[in-house]
Amino acid sequence: MMWELIAANRRKSMVLFAGMALILCLLGYGIGYTAYPDGGGPLGLIFAATIWLVLAAMAVFGGGSLILQLSRAKRVTPDVHPQLFNVVEEMKIASGLPAMPKIYIIDARAPNAFATGLRAEDSAIAVTAGLLTKLNRDELQGVIAHEMAHIVNRDVQFMTVAGIMLGSIVLLSQVFLRGMWLAPGSAKRVRPKSTSKAGPQGHIAIVIITIALAILGPIFARILYFALSRKREYLADASAVRFTRYPEGLASALEKMSSSTVPLETANQVTAPMYIVNPLEAKKGMSLSGLGSTHPPVHERIAILRNMTRGASLLQYQRSFSKTKGKPTMIIPSSGLKKDEPLKIRGAHPDVVKAKSKKGEIRDLMDLMRAVNGFAFLVCACGLKIKVPPDFEEPHIACPRCKRENKIPTAKVSDASEAAAVIGAMVGTLAGRGGQDLPAEVQNVPKGTTGPDAPPLEYRRKSDGWESFNCSCGKFHQISPAFSSHQITCRVCGRMIKIDPA
Amino acid sequence: MFQWIGLVIIVVAIASFIGMYNSLVQLRNRVKNAWSQIDVQLKRRHDLIPNLVETAKGYMQHERETLSAITDARSRAMGVEGVAAKGKAETQLSGALSKFMLVVENYPDLKANQNFLALQEELTSTENKIAFSRQSYNDSVLFFNNKIQMFPSNLIANMFNFIAEEFFEIEDEAEREVPKVQFTE
Repeated sequence: MMWELIAANRRKSMVLFAGMALILCLLGYGIGYTAYPDGGGPLGLIFAATIWLVLAAMAVFGGGSLILQLSRAKRVTPDVHPQLFNVVEEMKIASGLPAMPKIYIIDARAPNAFATGLRAEDSAIAVTAGLLTKLNRDELQGVIAHEMAHIVNRDVQFMTVAGIMLGSIVLLSQVFLRGMWLAPGSAKRVRPKSTSKAGPQGHIAIVIITIALAILGPIFARILYFALSRKREYLADASAVRFTRYPEGLASALEKMSSSTVPLETANQVTAPMYIVNPLEAKKGMSLSGLGSTHPPVHERIAILRNMTRGASLLQYQRSFSKTKGKPTMIIPSSGLKKDEPLKIRGAHPDVVKAKSKKGEIRDLMDLMRAVNGFAFLVCACGLKIKVPPDFEEPHIACPRCKRENKIPTAKVSDASEAAAVIGAMVGTLAGRGGQDLPAEVQNVPKGTTGPDAPPLEYRRKSDGWESFNCSCGKFHQISPAFSSHQITCRVCGRMIKIDPA
Repeated sequence: MFQWIGLVIIVVAIASFIGMYNSLVQLRNRVKNAWSQIDVQLKRRHDLIPNLVETAKGYMQHERETLSAITDARSRAMGVEGVAAKGKAETQLSGALSKFMLVVENYPDLKANQNFLALQEELTSTENKIAFSRQSYNDSVLFFNNKIQMFPSNLIANMFNFIAEEFFEIEDEAEREVPKVQFTE
């Protein structure tokens, strides 16, 4: 059923794509013709195609990672926020996505999230640190489901392509109109020679049409783009409910996100349409809606979600949409509505984390940002949680409150491999050059080295709680209470670290 | 002339026979794959429970019954074979766990334990994963069972002994009751 939806989306994308391509071609041809009536048309066409190709190439090669970089998103491992990874995996199963998306945390207080990736296989989901501390489990699940729906419905792909088209059209008409402004009369000066097929009237008509197109084209393209963007937001909301079977989660998440007045500094005009809630609205402090908005009004999205009482299928979302808006606009492609799936709305999860005070929330947020940035956490005997920055190189740190010296835990070369090294050395001395039978790494263990070939380090856990320690390369590692594996690989140098239970 | 027509008919018959057989095998493999997704999560839940009980034991001396109900349900669920029977046993385990989670509300010290919170998060997530993978498993079973009962693929199914698969049902009533009980009490 999901693939039918995807196919319908693809068909629509093709129509839009063709429409925008037509505007672009006409514009290119017209500009070329206006500048050089003798054979300039095809040249303009080539020029337009080149602009489009360059922009498309930029988006395909590194568009996703560029956006992540611009948003100051950092890739994280499960131990930074186990719940986030759990929720993403749940939604991966629910949506039937073939591969786990990469997970990023944005170092920002404003609660928001977006998804990127042109293919479903190398997609990424980025959430802000503020989102993680503000939302409960059900709300987070709703947001992740919405982003997952964008990935599964191929919205990212589509909006990128459409965005590039829009960008090319805007760029081309800007160049043209400014060129006209700077060199007034240039179009009139260049008269077509008798070789041109069109007469003088034809020439003037083409020039006028081109000017009209340059002014109106970007507006039309933008309206088209925004209308589709809004529709896809609705569709992603509907799919999210289908995945989670809990409309209230997403509704209350949207409520929390839209009521936040903290601006998201890293968002701009280009990246704004990608976020779940338009981040620029918080900046301006007012709600934009209508033709010029990439997102449907949040209060409407919330109302639709809260009106869903009979089930969590796409059909129920469509019904709720028609009821709420008072007009039967089709939001979901008809292929998705053929049958009403018997999806019951589930109950809320008993909340794992208790409601926090404002102060506690901010403290959690700061801790999360530090964890993302590679800080280590030590609990001093006096009860103070010391945060050690990643570039701290001393083996000891003094507690800022009680001045007690705290040793920074470090993973050691394991006793077993050290013993093997000693034995290897002894065998080597006893048997002269007879040590060749032993594997090379046992013969001479290079001490204090790093890298994947170095002998494994060993860390013995002291408790069942959160713990952090240093690799020999200086990278801090954190293990959560839920950590159950027996080894990890250092993310910086690739050295293996064995973890012994307490 | 007639030999040729006969030959074409035979070739078409063999080709469709092979096609149907292969699609049945493919569907059966899809069911198996979907089941292994669930099985992984069920095992994960079984692995989490001893830790959970061990952590809770120290805090709730007066809840021996609740704890032993979980341990019993777990060992029963681990010993059971067959999809439908497993579904029944897992339903009991889910019921015991949700009862336990209700009792936990009375022990604020336990709820503040970091280790317990992490285990609770893992358990919630595992239960969600079971619920979500159950959907796709049951879908694939329905598709497969329809195929082996409908003409003409049922002929091939009978010939090669394709057996209808069982649905995996976990009643999530217990889960849905949790908030209700909280409000009525």
